[in-house]
Amino acid sequence: MTWYQYIWAPGIWGNPAVHTAWTAGTLVALASGTVGVFVVMRGQSFTGHALGDVGSTGAAGAFLAGVGALWGFLAAGAVTGGSIEWLGRRVRERDIATGVVMAFMLGLSALFLYLVSIYTNASNAPMAILFGSLFTVSPSLQPALLGLSIAALAILALIYRPLLFSTATPEVAQSRGIPVRLVGLAFMLALVVAAEEAALAVGAILSTALLIGPAATAARMARRPGMAVLLAAGLAVGNIWLGILLAYDSYWWPPIHTGWPVSFFVTVVSLGMYAAGGLIQRVRTTVREGGR
Amino acid sequence: MKIEQTVQTTPQAALEITDLGVAYESTWVLDHIDLTVKQGEFIGIIGPNGAGKSTLLKTLAGLIRPSRGEIRFPAARGRRHPVGYVPQRFDLDPDLPLRARDLVGLGLDGHRWGFAWPNAQRGRKIEQALAQVDLTGFADHPAGKLSGGQLQRVLIAQALVSDPELLLLDEPLSSLDLASAQTVVDVVHRVSQNLGVTVLLVTHDMNPLLPVMDRLIYVVNGQAVIGTVDQVVQKDVLDKLYGYDVEVLRLHGRILVVGDETASGDAAGFEHR
Amino acid sequence: MFPPGLFTLQFMQNAWIAGTAIAIIGGIVGFFVVLRGATFVAHAVPRASFAGAAGAAVVGQSSVLGLGTFAVLSALGIASISRERRHGVATALILAAALGLGDLFLTIGHVYAPAVFALLFGQIVGISTHDVRAVLIVSVITVVLFAAAFRPLLLQSVSPHVAEAHGFWTRGLEILFLLLVSGAAAAMVPVVGALLAFSLMVGPAAAGSILGKSPLQALAWSVAFGVLSLWLSVWLAYLTFWPIGFYVSGFCLLFYFAARLIKR
Repeated sequence: MTWYQYIWAPGIWGNPAVHTAWTAGTLVALASGTVGVFVVMRGQSFTGHALGDVGSTGAAGAFLAGVGALWGFLAAGAVTGGSIEWLGRRVRERDIATGVVMAFMLGLSALFLYLVSIYTNASNAPMAILFGSLFTVSPSLQPALLGLSIAALAILALIYRPLLFSTATPEVAQSRGIPVRLVGLAFMLALVVAAEEAALAVGAILSTALLIGPAATAARMARRPGMAVLLAAGLAVGNIWLGILLAYDSYWWPPIHTGWPVSFFVTVVSLGMYAAGGLIQRVRTTVREGGR
Repeated sequence: MKIEQTVQTTPQAALEITDLGVAYESTWVLDHIDLTVKQGEFIGIIGPNGAGKSTLLKTLAGLIRPSRGEIRFPAARGRRHPVGYVPQRFDLDPDLPLRARDLVGLGLDGHRWGFAWPNAQRGRKIEQALAQVDLTGFADHPAGKLSGGQLQRVLIAQALVSDPELLLLDEPLSSLDLASAQTVVDVVHRVSQNLGVTVLLVTHDMNPLLPVMDRLIYVVNGQAVIGTVDQVVQKDVLDKLYGYDVEVLRLHGRILVVGDETASGDAAGFEHR
Repeated sequence: MFPPGLFTLQFMQNAWIAGTAIAIIGGIVGFFVVLRGATFVAHAVPRASFAGAAGAAVVGQSSVLGLGTFAVLSALGIASISRERRHGVATALILAAALGLGDLFLTIGHVYAPAVFALLFGQIVGISTHDVRAVLIVSVITVVLFAAAFRPLLLQSVSPHVAEAHGFWTRGLEILFLLLVSGAAAAMVPVVGALLAFSLMVGPAAAGSILGKSPLQALAWSVAFGVLSLWLSVWLAYLTFWPIGFYVSGFCLLFYFAARLIKR
């Protein structure tokens, strides 16, 4: 055992579970990073967060019904996203109503997960749904994840300009005849796909980290929108890769042979890059102002 | 109600409003508005707070559906969106990854699908629009870090780049210091002269517009009167519009409208600073 | 309807006592949460405290102690970044990292799955006499602080500028409010779970503020709805053995929408 095994553990390339984690994680990260930029610009972090949370209800329900968790996540996300988009206009009231409904959805999720643990042998299903486990993603899910990520990116590419327009200056966009609500709905569709993919990969209650961490960092560092989108996609992929690498290495960390959870690393790396981005930005401004 | 662009009316008219009414729930915010604006005119929309000035402008911009009446843009000859709209001041997040150039570019082709691939012609048009509002060199400035007056001018460039017949501005001078407000007025005036664009500008203080505006629309309680300053800002005209006695004071080239109930400073022309 | 042991079993007596206490402070603290529109704080603090409970389970300490520590830390953290731009993003990321940390503690500590489930979604059979004592102490402190600061807090919540003009220390009141939330969170999590404590702090208070014509009336309704939801939930959870958090969140939803219907 040499020292570098703690940071580059042996056998990472040969391990099939790691291989699936790389591909699935990359697909999910690409969608989350790009969609996330608009989530941050539109100030919809709370919506993204809520979508991940309620995804657990769908996933647990799907588990009970014997359907794949991914489809449960997506169904719950679609119902929630649709209702958030069409419901309430008074901001304050909407926050409370969303909160109470979201809490109930989680309560339902508690019930479903309880029933799962009673009637099936999957005692770790609740943990997998809530906290994710990229290493246990089935390789058979890869085509579905590929299709979903492509769909999310395609929607975003198609509505890119009208979306940016109605995000930056909604009233002007509307006066130019852009169907602002319809564009918002189309974006919600992409957001549901990205948020639920992230929920599957890093866990329902941790998915916000992948959705908005890299995106917020990129939005802070880039100056032009296209660059922010590309940077966010790159940072999200890097976030997932670093998470996988560290989780794989942690097998040799104390307590030895336990392995620390991937999702833990994903959340920590995400928070870390956001903080580092803020620091870099601060240093850059100081240097620029100092130079004058 | 219908919004139509017809060719048969007088060619000089940029805007014709007939019997326009806008209702929220069961209250008429605007009622029986009839007026015509000629091509190339600079019009101030003046009136106390809550009179319906912004509602009128938003209705013209297509943001509010009229409950009754017609709005026509005869000079536009059937163009779908002949107006350029500059919204009331709002704050952009300073961290937004958006440059002044991007905002103006959205005015050019933000309604199209997909991405905007960079090309020289597009870049030139954007820079031209920024030059028209005296912001040459600000193209790559982060939009969220522009000052209030600069952002206002970028939004004017965003509206101009779509080559509109009419430029509609909602309270562009509010919350600006006097110098910035004067710059915005000068820019708008020059643009209307050079490009022949018809301008409708909402403000609660008519004084900065006195040297440049051709006519004004005075809005009180959902009713509107159009005419030159001398025709409209008269005691008898305004008494009728307000429904009670007001005083029109002319002091050192400035006009103040003072009424019993608006002595708090809501009246048009009453100085806030 | 009333199966044997509902009131006589030791753990059920614990559940009734602790449940009533947290319902009361939930209603009280929730009143201010709704008044100040601070739903996100009420959502974030109990969740972040989950990591504390998980850590306490690993080192064999009382979960209320771990919960309290992390609840206070997260509340102070939120207070310190709340003035920055985009504090929503930072809060969400810190929250995710705290939950991830909880996940780590549970994994490396090999915590038994039902215990994790109880921490997240609540469990009435798991409340020890020791927990009851801790919950009661936290509740009493919360109620006393609340009673002492009721009027300044009310004024500051309704019109912050007036409060400032009166010379109140606004920042201090803000921190006091966050401490009240973290106290309530620490007491609630062992009973209704980290993910669902939020509903008890928002649902009854939102219903109360719809029905109440004065602050005191709203407060009374809020506490009444909270206690009623909790009693019904304890009873049903004992009948069915389903997680109590499910019932609590369900009744909170029910009372909230019922209040909206009545008012209309």
